[in-house]
Amino acid sequence: MDKLLEANELIKRYSQGNVISRAVLTAVDNVSFYIKPAEIFTLAGESGCGKTTTAKMILGFEDITDGELYHNGKLQSPHEKAWLTEGVQAIFQDPFSTFNPMRRVDSYFHETVQNFKLAKTKKDTIDWIDQKLRLVGLTYHDVAGKYPSEFSGGQLQRISIARALLTDPQLIIADEPVSMVDASLRMSIVNLFKKLRDELGVSILYITHDLATAYYVSDRIAIMFRGKIVEMGTVEQVLMNPRHPYSKLLRDSIPQADPKLRWSDTVTLAELEHEEYMRQGCRFAGRCPLVMDVCKTVVPPDIAIDDVLVKCHLYTEEAEA
Amino acid sequence: MSEEKQVVLRTDHLKSFYVLDMQGTRKIVKAVNDVTLEIYEDEIYGIAGESGCGKTTLLKTLFNEIVPPQRLIDGKLYYRINSEEVDVTTLSAEEKRRLRMEYISYIPQGSMSVFNPVIKIKGTYEDFIGSHVDGKNREEIFRIARERILELGLPKNVLDVYPHQLSGGMRQRVTIALAASLDPRIMIGDEPTTALDVVVQRGVIQMLKDIQKKLKNTIIMVTHDMGVHANVADRIGIMYAGKIVEEAPTETIFEEPRHPYTQFLINSLPKFGDKSTRESVPGSPPSLADLPTGCPFHPRCPHVKDICRQQMPETTQLDKNHKVACWLVEEA
Repeated sequence: MDKLLEANELIKRYSQGNVISRAVLTAVDNVSFYIKPAEIFTLAGESGCGKTTTAKMILGFEDITDGELYHNGKLQSPHEKAWLTEGVQAIFQDPFSTFNPMRRVDSYFHETVQNFKLAKTKKDTIDWIDQKLRLVGLTYHDVAGKYPSEFSGGQLQRISIARALLTDPQLIIADEPVSMVDASLRMSIVNLFKKLRDELGVSILYITHDLATAYYVSDRIAIMFRGKIVEMGTVEQVLMNPRHPYSKLLRDSIPQADPKLRWSDTVTLAELEHEEYMRQGCRFAGRCPLVMDVCKTVVPPDIAIDDVLVKCHLYTEEAEA
Repeated sequence: MSEEKQVVLRTDHLKSFYVLDMQGTRKIVKAVNDVTLEIYEDEIYGIAGESGCGKTTLLKTLFNEIVPPQRLIDGKLYYRINSEEVDVTTLSAEEKRRLRMEYISYIPQGSMSVFNPVIKIKGTYEDFIGSHVDGKNREEIFRIARERILELGLPKNVLDVYPHQLSGGMRQRVTIALAASLDPRIMIGDEPTTALDVVVQRGVIQMLKDIQKKLKNTIIMVTHDMGVHANVADRIGIMYAGKIVEEAPTETIFEEPRHPYTQFLINSLPKFGDKSTRESVPGSPPSLADLPTGCPFHPRCPHVKDICRQQMPETTQLDKNHKVACWLVEEA
């Protein structure tokens, strides 16, 4: 199978303290997944689950403690960053802090075109920029000479997507791209991702905590919890029929825009985040409604059921049978 | 919903603008533009709208906290205090101060900046409660505050820690417990769950509902998340460019929205099990300092007619609980 990007047992450890007392926190723990060409893959989870750290390791912003990254089947060495800049581009959460408020927005476009030698003459440059801006529903004329404060959040987010498209990337990493955008304008961004996938064949790593938009756009999804992927598969299987108790909790906690679907039961909230990271065995055991004795001591294995990967002791017997 | 609830807060053609003097030119931001509301006892009233539509300014005005450059231009604001309607904009500063916390309290969005970071949570409680209750009763009040904290499922040592030792969700819940500690009749929440994780958000919403049930008071809640509104609100007002364009019970808003803007808001929300294409509202919200003529929604409206460009439609009462301001409804 064609794999555009493959992460194999990625690990990120942060250590705190000094020589005498040292605490190690494994923020990303043995995370493996792959992204196919022209696919939207979602990493979903709550804050502190390690999804952004994973993205930063792929982008080369954070050193990888252990594990490998492959691009198109080729191992990525830590020193070679060419694919990282041309083949992978990123979009961030807050469109207002992406752009320097004192700098004109179009200067970012000209700079990227120059750095990557994408066009020779001034006219070619503008044509190139205009072509990319048209993909997101804007024109060069709309952007030229303007400052970030002259745009709304939704527009700025579309501008940063157009900027990411300048190098014709194969993969766009979008870290919570809609969480700062008004709910009424979110779909314009999300629909754009679908269009990029279908028309340009760009793959997107969509990082979010919003499972409703994740269901709407993505092909496959991985649910992360405290540094580990607990469930991974197609969105239909994972979100319509969640198997891991944490996936169920997360899915049920999305407020549905339908007054008939109000929550009836109550939830138990997390103990301290840090304690869950330090937990032996399954890290969800402290809150899991179906907890068993084995969960508190043994880390659950990855179990494959119907093409879905689940990390939970509930399914151990099913896998053996 | 029981029939004939008492009105607890009422506004009459309320107008509150920001008047700015910028290098000699006057700029008027019409953030609350002719809002008439009736909010009842024992209900959760939701206000929804995009950022920059004047939601927060409306809340500040309802809270009777009008600080320049914001000014009350026109209209009246009434609270029902001891079964008597009081025009609260005419009260003195001391009378207003007494009403806060005791009669009406405020839950802000960012709970990090609510508590003083260098004193324990207890200290903040002392400041708030101490400024409203005499020394004699203070012990009594503290006992109640502690009980309330336990009732709401918060750990009892929460008063003895510093704000940074609490997680975001816990801090937000302590903020809500503090706002509820003097049994106010009205609680106002400005995006109280927006910055939180989904599971934590669910816990906080649960707690707000519990408090409302216990105190049988009124919660006015602003958020742009229609999912949250669907879960908590009894009635919803849709705000656009400083005006309430539609108001109805929650079920009606979701099932039979009549204003084109409300229809866009509801239809743009993705749902599980439904992958059909969803569109967001076209265009962007107008600047409140430079409103379009006529109906402020007309530049984005797909059903625009000539009259929409010239005149703001009156609010039409469709049935007892459903109000909408749109020419499409007016003419039908």
